[in-house]
Amino acid sequence: MSKDTFTLGGKEFSSRFILGSGKYSLNLIKAAVENAGAEIITLAVRRTNTKQNESILDYIPENVTLLPNTSGARDANEAVRIARMARELGCGNFIKIEIMRDSKYLLPDNAETVRATEILAKEGFVVLPYMFPDLYAARALVNAGAAAVMPLASPIGSNKGLAARDFIQILIDEIDLPVIVDAGIGRPSQACEAMEMGATAIMANTAIATAGDIPAMAGAFKQAIEAGRAAYLSGLGRVLERGASASDPLTGFLRD
Amino acid sequence: MAENQLENQFFVDSDKLSEKALAKKHRLEQDPSSRTNHMEYMEGMERIRSDIMERVLGQMESYDYGSYTDADVRRALVHETCSVEDFKALLSPAAAPYLEEMAEKAKIETSKHFGNTVYLFTPLYIANYCENYCVYCGFNCYNDIVRKKLNSGEIEHEMKVIADSGIEEILILTGESRGMSSVEYIGEACRLAANYFRNVGLEIYPVNTDEYRYLHECGADYVTVFQETYNSDKSETLHLMGHKRVFPYRFEAQERAILGGMRGVGFSALLGLSDFRKDALASALHVYYLQRKYPHAEYSLSCPRLRPIINNDKINPLDVHERELCQVLCAYRIFLPFVGITVSSRESESFRNGIVKLAATKISAGVSTGIGDHESKYEGKESTDAGDEQFEISDGRSFGQMYADMSGEGLQPVLNDYVYV
Repeated sequence: MSKDTFTLGGKEFSSRFILGSGKYSLNLIKAAVENAGAEIITLAVRRTNTKQNESILDYIPENVTLLPNTSGARDANEAVRIARMARELGCGNFIKIEIMRDSKYLLPDNAETVRATEILAKEGFVVLPYMFPDLYAARALVNAGAAAVMPLASPIGSNKGLAARDFIQILIDEIDLPVIVDAGIGRPSQACEAMEMGATAIMANTAIATAGDIPAMAGAFKQAIEAGRAAYLSGLGRVLERGASASDPLTGFLRD
Repeated sequence: MAENQLENQFFVDSDKLSEKALAKKHRLEQDPSSRTNHMEYMEGMERIRSDIMERVLGQMESYDYGSYTDADVRRALVHETCSVEDFKALLSPAAAPYLEEMAEKAKIETSKHFGNTVYLFTPLYIANYCENYCVYCGFNCYNDIVRKKLNSGEIEHEMKVIADSGIEEILILTGESRGMSSVEYIGEACRLAANYFRNVGLEIYPVNTDEYRYLHECGADYVTVFQETYNSDKSETLHLMGHKRVFPYRFEAQERAILGGMRGVGFSALLGLSDFRKDALASALHVYYLQRKYPHAEYSLSCPRLRPIINNDKINPLDVHERELCQVLCAYRIFLPFVGITVSSRESESFRNGIVKLAATKISAGVSTGIGDHESKYEGKESTDAGDEQFEISDGRSFGQMYADMSGEGLQPVLNDYVYV
């Protein structure tokens, strides 16, 4: 069997678990990355933009790709400015666009996100936009030059899992870019389910950060994501929505 | 003494006041007709179109916390979304036996939204001149204290000392005197602060929208204004003279700050001045209604209690003990899970260590409420001409100590989570 990988901005990845780095202790990041087998880790520019001795960048293993995010941006222009700042800070050219105009739910603004994607893709960034799972917005992001789409599963930090399941499935079915499910995944079983649906990868932060044993939970997610991926690749057996299938076919009367 | 005391005795006469000044002070204290109308805007004060005050005060006035029952509290605790009614139940005396359950729920909400982190900051008082007579405050214009206003060289020196300690977020404070601490003077302090700190907040007298916009351009992005008490009649008896008497102008300060482009705004009542349950309700609803009107802005609440001041060491928060304070903070967290909650050095070390694990997200460290004395406090150098303090602090831990203590509590101290754009 050929290697099961996916590509972002010309770079090949085999791990399908993208780890968040906010919300927990810096000294646990290395162990979490190792147990997660993560090749990509996100970090907020607003956190890295610091003069403190203990910079988060010092804790991230070198072979891991940094995915800085534009958290704190309230419109496309601010996201663009933060993205440029990330590049100046030496975080590479990957950027996860996060534009929130609501401090309560932190829901992404799709229209502004499309605008920022267009500008940053033209500037050579590998743009991964965090989005509300809407088909039209996803298509607009494709046209704007996104490298992937990152639909939310449920409100960030809620640990509610795949509340937007059906709409994410539509994106998986219709969008030709990697679909990385982001936000709201609260437990490994939910990550597994998203992978069974055919998601390319999973991004999780709060679920790991609030676990009793952070590195162990990172490991549990890794296994669940791998299991879900394997199930997807092997072709899931038929799952009926309701009732049973008739043993005598309904079309059995057809003769010639 | 403090346990059964019903009222604080706020009035103190300094023997340095002239006979005329003393007579005016007594008249203000004793004769309500000698005081200005506290609901009337003074000249130069901007009026904005807003119904938020009406809504908040309407809810507060009709709040009958004695009417809530055990069942109301239990219902509030199982609801996934905390309604205004649920919040009222959680603030009521009926919730007191459920403090542990409230703490559990608050802890879950805090960790969902903020994970395992705690933000650290320090306040910097640059001047303590004040034109107000607020009877409970150490800076009040009749209180005999050493007054000082730092010049820009002194401000920069203080900032260097603070920045060297490792702090990256600063809150600039002044006494409330436009005359001595003009908007331009404060703007200059913001420009200096932007060179030393990542995040600059302001806690100054309320100003107009265009002045907030100017201060934002100077580098400030957060504005905190304490309403002190939301009971306007009570407020009138505590703020006897000066612009702080004007209740609606102060109430609308955060809204003007948002309109002026500030990223975030902070709110608070000073518990112990009036009925604390009503004040806690109003503070949270002030945030709640503004958030619905301006969903993009960031919001934070704090919950200070009255402290002793120079020349009056008897001032205390009356019936707001640590249990009540904890109840208020947990109720805030359950009702408004997304807001920042700051707990100041007015509270003890043990209370702050405990509350950051349940509800609070930000605490101050290396605090001085005096003027120009950071070098003496941080490095033990003799200070000869520092200005006096606004109130006595309770938790005097340095930044380094706080960083170590918070890490020891299993939390990740965060020095900056902000970018100026």
